[in-house]
Amino acid sequence: MPDGLTLNKITAQRGISVGEATRRVADLGWTPSYVQEAMTFPTDYKIKKSPRDPMKQVLRSYFPMQEEKDNRVYGALDAALRGDMFRNVEPRWVEWMKLFLAIIPFPEISAARSMAMVGRLAPGEELRTGFAMQMVDEFRHSTIQMNLKKWYMENYIDPAGFDITEAAFGKCYATTIGRQFAEGFVTGDAITSANVYLTVVAETAFTNTLFVAMPSEAARNGDYALPTVFLSVQSDESRHIGNGHSLLMSLINDPDNHLLLERDLKYAFWQNHAIVDAAIGTFIEYGTTDRDKKKESYAELWHRWIYEDYYRTYMLPLEKYGIKIHHDDVGAAWDRIVKHNYVHYTAQFFSVGWPVNFWRIEAQTEKDFEWFEAKYPGWYAEFGNYWKWYKKLSAPGETNILFNQDTGYVYPHRCWSCMVPALIREDFCYDEVDGQIYTYCSDICRWTHKTAFSAEFEGRPTPAMGRFSGRREWETCYNGWDLADAIKDLGFVRADGQTLIPQPHLIFDDSKMWKLDHVRGHTLGSPLMHFRSLTPEQREVAAAEYRKGFKINAIN
Amino acid sequence: MSATQDEVHPKSGAAGAAIFAGSDSHRYNYYEPKGRKATHYEDMTVDVQPDPKRYLLQDWIISFADGTPTYYEGWTKAKSSDWHKFRAVDQEWERTHYQRQSTIVGMLNNVIENGRRSGAPKRFDRAWVKVLQDHLGAYKHAEFGLGTSMMQAQRYGYTQMINNAILTNSSYKLRFAQDLTLYLSELALDIEGLDLDAGKQHWLEDPIWQDTRRAIEAIMGASDYLEQYFATNVIFEPLVGELFRSGFVMQVAAAQNDFITPSVVSAAEGDYERNLANTVEMFSILVQDPAHGEQNRKLFVSWAEMHGKLANAAAANLQPIWSQPRVKVAQFTEAFDQAKNRLRAISAEIGFDARAIIGD
Ligand SMILES: [Fe+2]
Ligand SMILES: [Fe+2]
Ligand SMILES: [Zn+2]
Repeated sequence: MPDGLTLNKITAQRGISVGEATRRVADLGWTPSYVQEAMTFPTDYKIKKSPRDPMKQVLRSYFPMQEEKDNRVYGALDAALRGDMFRNVEPRWVEWMKLFLAIIPFPEISAARSMAMVGRLAPGEELRTGFAMQMVDEFRHSTIQMNLKKWYMENYIDPAGFDITEAAFGKCYATTIGRQFAEGFVTGDAITSANVYLTVVAETAFTNTLFVAMPSEAARNGDYALPTVFLSVQSDESRHIGNGHSLLMSLINDPDNHLLLERDLKYAFWQNHAIVDAAIGTFIEYGTTDRDKKKESYAELWHRWIYEDYYRTYMLPLEKYGIKIHHDDVGAAWDRIVKHNYVHYTAQFFSVGWPVNFWRIEAQTEKDFEWFEAKYPGWYAEFGNYWKWYKKLSAPGETNILFNQDTGYVYPHRCWSCMVPALIREDFCYDEVDGQIYTYCSDICRWTHKTAFSAEFEGRPTPAMGRFSGRREWETCYNGWDLADAIKDLGFVRADGQTLIPQPHLIFDDSKMWKLDHVRGHTLGSPLMHFRSLTPEQREVAAAEYRKGFKINAIN
Repeated sequence: MSATQDEVHPKSGAAGAAIFAGSDSHRYNYYEPKGRKATHYEDMTVDVQPDPKRYLLQDWIISFADGTPTYYEGWTKAKSSDWHKFRAVDQEWERTHYQRQSTIVGMLNNVIENGRRSGAPKRFDRAWVKVLQDHLGAYKHAEFGLGTSMMQAQRYGYTQMINNAILTNSSYKLRFAQDLTLYLSELALDIEGLDLDAGKQHWLEDPIWQDTRRAIEAIMGASDYLEQYFATNVIFEPLVGELFRSGFVMQVAAAQNDFITPSVVSAAEGDYERNLANTVEMFSILVQDPAHGEQNRKLFVSWAEMHGKLANAAAANLQPIWSQPRVKVAQFTEAFDQAKNRLRAISAEIGFDARAIIGD
C-alpha cells in the first residue's frame, strides 16, 4: 500500500458534518398554525425567541456514545465483584449510601421531567434537541443509580435499609430534604425551577461536590462502584450546564427579567447550599474512615468548586449583564461551613435521630477526632463530648440519645424553607406568613418562603411562582406518638418484626442490636406545633433561649 | 447493660459475612411485582416517583400557584383505582434503552454507508427521488411533532412507570425524525438536485400534508397527557403513520430500485410495536378498572372520535402520493383498509368500540 493510503481513506466517503447535521435536525420544528400548543408550565419570565447554539450533537452519535459509557460502568461493576470489593469495603461508608441512594434517583428523574418545561420554552430547536438528550440522560441517571443501589443490596453484609429504599424515601425525616431539592426542579415557575434552580445552580455549581467529591471519598473507603457510576453520570453534566447557560443567555439581555433572575439566583444558591452541603458534607466528612490529613476537607473542596470555580468564574461574570449578584450570600454560606460548623451540626442531627433513620451510624472515635481538630480547629471542644456520649449510648438498654436528658442536646426546629433544621442556633428566626407562624434556619430561608415564593415580588406580580405546601415539618406527622410505634409506622423494622433497621453502631450481631422494646416509652413531639402554641411574648423568650444554643455535658 | 460495647467488626463487608436479623433481605420489598418475581425493570422503576397514597408521608411539599401539587391525578381525564398497576411491556430502563437505540443507529449507519458505497442512490428512479424529497421529507416533521409532544407528556403522569414509558417513546420518535433528516441529507450528497428544504415546505404548505399537520398539531396541543399518548399510538400511528411507512414506503420502494429506504423506515416499525404494546397495556388496564372502567371507555371513544376524524382526513389526503412513483405496486385503498384493520385489532385489545371512526 502506498504511503499515507490507509484502508480508512479508501473506504471513507463524503458525509455530512456535525454542524450541518445539527442545523438540519434543528429545522424539524415549526410554529403550529392549526392548533396552539397545550398549556405549558407557566413562567413569569420573558423569553426572546433568539436561537442560541449550545452544542453540536445529534442522537445518531449520542446513543452509541452513551452505550459505550454504560458498557464501561457495567464492566467495572462486574470487575468489582470479581475482585471481591465487599470484603474490603468500609461499612461506615456503605451505610450512608442507604440514605444517599434513597434520595438521588428522584431528583434525577425530576430533572428529566423538567425538560418538558424548558423544552416548550426553548428559544430555537437546537436548544430543544439539547433538552431532549438531557431528558434521556436523566432517565439514565435515575435508573443507573437504582441499579447501583440494588447491587449494594445484593452484595453488602447488611442489606436492611436498601431493601425498603423507595418506601423509606417517602417517609424518613432526612429524605424530605432531598425531596425539596427534587420538587424544586419541577414545580412552580418553569424558568425558576427547571432553568435557574436545576441547571444554573444545582448542576453548574453543586454536581461537582455530589458527583466528583463523593466518588473520591468512596474510593478511599474501598468502594469502587460508586465512582464508576457517578463519574459516568457527571460526564453528562457539561452538556446540561451548556443547555442551561444558553437558556439563561436568552433571558439575561432583557432587563425585564433581571428582578426575577436576582430573586431566583439568591433563592437557588442559598437553598442548594443548605441542602447539598448538609447532606454531602455529612457523607464525606462523617461517612469516611480515611483520616489522611493531607486530603482536602469538605470545606476545602467547597472553596475550590463553589467559590473559585462557580462563584468567581460563572456567577460574577453575570454582573456585566446588569444582574446584581448576592456576594454576601456566598460569603455567608462559606462562613456557615467554616465558622459555624454547619456540616458538623448536620451530622450531629442525623445521628441524634438515629432511631428514626433507616441506616446505621457509628460513633466517631479518637482517630476521627484528631482529623476533625486538624481540619476544623475547635471541633473537639464543640463535638468531642457529643460523640463520646453517642458511643456510650449506642448499647441497647441505654436510653437512646434522642431522648436521653443527660447529654444536654436540644432537639432543633425545622427550617420551613430548606427542610434542614435550624442548626446554627444564633441564626434561628421565625415569621408569620398568611396568618401562620413558621420557623427558619436563616434569614435567607425566611425570605425564600415569605418573599420569593409569593404572588408578587417587589411590587411585580408573579402569578407563576410556586408555593411551599404539604406537611413540611416531619415532626408534625408523629407528634404525640410513642417512638416505637412511629418506627413501626415508618416501616424501619427488620424482618423479625422486632429488630430496628437503624442501629447506632456497626455491630452485625443480633445480641447487640436494638429492638422496638429498647426504644418504647418515649413520646415524639413537634417543635413547631409547640412553638405555635405559645403567646407572642413566650415565643420571643423561647426564640432568644434557642438562639443561645446548648452545651453538651461532660461525660466521664 | 450500660458499658460501652467493644467494636466487633466482621472481617468482611460482604453479604453473608455475618448472620443477623435482616441479613438475608437482598430484595426490594416495598412493592408488589406484576409477575411471580420482580423484574429488573420493576426494581429500577417502581415507586421512584412517590405518591402520597403510598409512602409519601409529608405529601408533596411544593405546589403550583393555584395549589396543584408536584404530581396530580387530575392532569388526565382518565381515572384509575390504582395508577401503579401499569408496567411497561418493553421493560425498558436505561441500559436496555441505550442498547436498543444504539443497535438501531449502528444498523442504519451500515445500511446507508454500504448502500452509498455501492452507488445505490444514483440508481433510484427519478420520480421516486422526488417522492422521498417531498413526502418522506414532509413526513419527518410528523414524527418530530409526536416526539416533542411526548417529551411534554412525560412530565404529567402519575407514576414513574407511566412517565418513563412515555419518555422512551419520545426518545424513539425523536431519533426516527432525526434518522430521516440525516438520511435525506446523505442522499443529497449522492443525488444531485435533491432539495433538502422541500420536505418542510410540503409539510407547511402542500394540501396533501395539511390535514396530517392538523392532526399532529391537535396531538401536540392536547392538554391531557394520556390523550396525547392515546392519540399518538392508538389513532395516528395505525391510521397515518403506519399507512405511510408500511403501506407506502416499505411496499413501493423496492420497485423504484430503492433498497435502502425500507431499512431506514423499518426501524420505526420496530419502535412502534414496542410502544404500541405499552400503550395497549396502559389503556386496557384503565378500561378494565373496577371503579372507572366504563367512564374511561367512554372517554377513550371520545378521544378516538376526535383524533380519528382528523387522522381519517389526513390519510385520505395522502392518497395522491400513491400514484406519484413511476412503478405503481401498491394501492391506497388496500393500504388504508389494512390500516383500519389494524385499528380494529388495537381497539378490540384495549376494549373500546372504534366503529364510529372506521366503520364495521
Ligand atoms: Fe442527572
Ligand atoms: Fe443533569
Ligand atoms: Zn433553611
